[in-house]
Amino acid sequence: MANKKYDLVIADGRIIDPALGFGKDAYIFIKDGLIQKVVTPTAAVKKEVKNLDRSQVIDATGKLVVPGLIDIHVHLREPGREDAETIESGCQAAAAGGFTSVCCMPNTTPRIDNQETVKFVQDRAKDCDARVYVVGAVTKNLEGKELSEIGDLVKIGAVAISDDGKYPQNPEIMRRGLEYAKMFGIPVMQHAEDQYLCAGGVMNESFQSTRLGLKGAPAVAEEIAVLRDIALCRFTGARLHIQHVSTRQAVAAIRKAKAEGVNVTAEATPHHLVLTDEEIGKEFNTNLRVNPPIRTTDDRDAVIEGLVDGTIDCIASDHAPHSEEDKDCEFDLAPAGMIGLETTLALVKTYLIDKGYLSWADAIRKMTANPARILSLPGGSLAEGSPADITIIDQDKKWTVKADKFRSKSKNSPFIGWKMKGQVYKTLLGGRVVFEQ
Amino acid sequence: MSRLHSRHLLGLENVPEADISLILKTTNSFREVIDRTIKKVPTLRGITVLNLFYEPSTRTRISFELAEKRLSADTVNFTTSTSSVKKGESLRDTVQNIEAMKIDMVVVRHSSPGAPYYLTRCMDANIINAGDGAHEHPTQALLDMYTIWKKYGRLDGLRIVLVGDVKHSRVIRSNIWGLKTMGASVALCGPSTLLPYEVEKFGCDVYTDIDEALDGADVVNVMRIQLERQQSGLFPSQREYTNLFGINKQRLKLLNKNFTIMHPGPMNRGVEITSEVADSGNSVILEQVTNGQAVRMAVLYLLSGRKEEEG
Repeated sequence: MANKKYDLVIADGRIIDPALGFGKDAYIFIKDGLIQKVVTPTAAVKKEVKNLDRSQVIDATGKLVVPGLIDIHVHLREPGREDAETIESGCQAAAAGGFTSVCCMPNTTPRIDNQETVKFVQDRAKDCDARVYVVGAVTKNLEGKELSEIGDLVKIGAVAISDDGKYPQNPEIMRRGLEYAKMFGIPVMQHAEDQYLCAGGVMNESFQSTRLGLKGAPAVAEEIAVLRDIALCRFTGARLHIQHVSTRQAVAAIRKAKAEGVNVTAEATPHHLVLTDEEIGKEFNTNLRVNPPIRTTDDRDAVIEGLVDGTIDCIASDHAPHSEEDKDCEFDLAPAGMIGLETTLALVKTYLIDKGYLSWADAIRKMTANPARILSLPGGSLAEGSPADITIIDQDKKWTVKADKFRSKSKNSPFIGWKMKGQVYKTLLGGRVVFEQ
Repeated sequence: MSRLHSRHLLGLENVPEADISLILKTTNSFREVIDRTIKKVPTLRGITVLNLFYEPSTRTRISFELAEKRLSADTVNFTTSTSSVKKGESLRDTVQNIEAMKIDMVVVRHSSPGAPYYLTRCMDANIINAGDGAHEHPTQALLDMYTIWKKYGRLDGLRIVLVGDVKHSRVIRSNIWGLKTMGASVALCGPSTLLPYEVEKFGCDVYTDIDEALDGADVVNVMRIQLERQQSGLFPSQREYTNLFGINKQRLKLLNKNFTIMHPGPMNRGVEITSEVADSGNSVILEQVTNGQAVRMAVLYLLSGRKEEEG
């Protein structure tokens, strides 16, 4: 075994890689955790593979083989809420969802606003089933008052800064955050919701909130926040990334800003691409409570349009675990957030690809190369010499989402019971199989 | 025997006309019981009803309690001040513990919209919504409808104006659904800051001018205006509210002959309604309170699934 030419071969899969071109059948040879070569299946190649030990070969006939997916917006809850998720369980959920890299948000307890906490997360993530990149806080304790020591955070490895979950309401602080981040070439990732306008809101303000008597968070709270930050981004020349875009007007504002050359990028979540606020009144399911809230059909359609025309660069899950104890309560008392790592790919396949909005190539680009580019992350490609982070997808596999199948420690998904098409078959991290169906 | 389509009363949205008619007709028989010297029937003997009040309430709680007692049910009251809620027990644990003491029906008042629905997922008892946040208050709307129906002999074709804080009013929401189902024409009126987003999608006429709203109406149901709305900046002052939306004698001239004045209480006399109007011959405000008991008896009886002869 010591002189093996290859550790592993993925045989006969259909490659979808934004960098290499699409739809090719190929063999991927892996050695020492790296992709050694990607070749078209000639008779000689097939013969070579046939002579290998069966344990060295993954038969991917009829499957899609894509770069390990990248999710730039997750909450791993550690440190502080290990009952809801740990870095280890979150990475297992990532692997089960086909994600090999995740970026974790700093709203843990304590906050990730200092080197020690970044280091803690990095240490805990070693040997886990996904690569974890840390996003540091824009402001100390996410309070929106004083900048955190961003230089320190970047020095130890933070890939971006964000006060996710909160919006730095003071425009002066946001301006300084953008300017300061610019010095390090990292973007500010923004949860764009004006806190005054959405104070107390537990769902989208629409006829649905009117009907149910639940306090609404209006779409204009997001629009105003996005417009303010686009203005600051233009003024400072810094990089801004808008998280979980959910409204028609926010999409329009970003589209216009991009056309004018403003350095802004954006993400959308599967839940904002699939769900509408009409779901809430059916059962007051607290797993539908999320910030920003799921919106109207018109907003949902606009977010899809933005994703299709490139206004929105990538898909991110905003995986937000909450314990059953915290979610099993009255709707307006439930914490906001839903898990997403293990349902994202299937939702994209079932509701975006199969409905004709995206091709597989587009979808994979928005979950690999594009998020990698936004945060300058390695990965997102099957190029020779890259780490062997690879996701193999059984694209026509039908399955039903079941709570007890989640690897995540939390089960707060509104998609439990939903019928899906497209499932992760195997996930490889640095040539190691970290998940298999 | 006719039955309701649901074993709970969570709201009036989606309650079919047949059910509302059945409740109104059943109310009529119980209304007669209340006027007897011995105001008690054995209908719900052996049934235990929990009044679960997470929000302060005087008249609704007393009305339900009297309704239960007049039906010979055993009643138990739970209010936040005397419970272990303050120790942090969840709603699920609270009701499951109480249900373990063999409760058949629960009347619930809670500040969270959807809390009564949540209870149906936690326990087997019949659930009656006695007000959930700004969502619904179905028995209040049913007693309003019964009071109108009793006076006019119909709801169909009547013009009914609901005035006040539409945004926060569960009474208005339940009235809208119930009245529309029964064929009444419903108009809403209040300051634009107290009209909720896309209010027109209820399918009612919406006014911010009270005189336009009252023109040609049969019934005016006036809602309490809460001072805390002024404090949160939704209208500038009580004085201005009274000037713009207060129901006074002069404004009554715009109404149809044989008009009716209603108020679910508690009233702010001199704010949303003058005493002169509240105490006038066209006011049925106290009749509403009496009818409320009968409506609640009807709802409790119908949801219990008991047959009359069993009582």
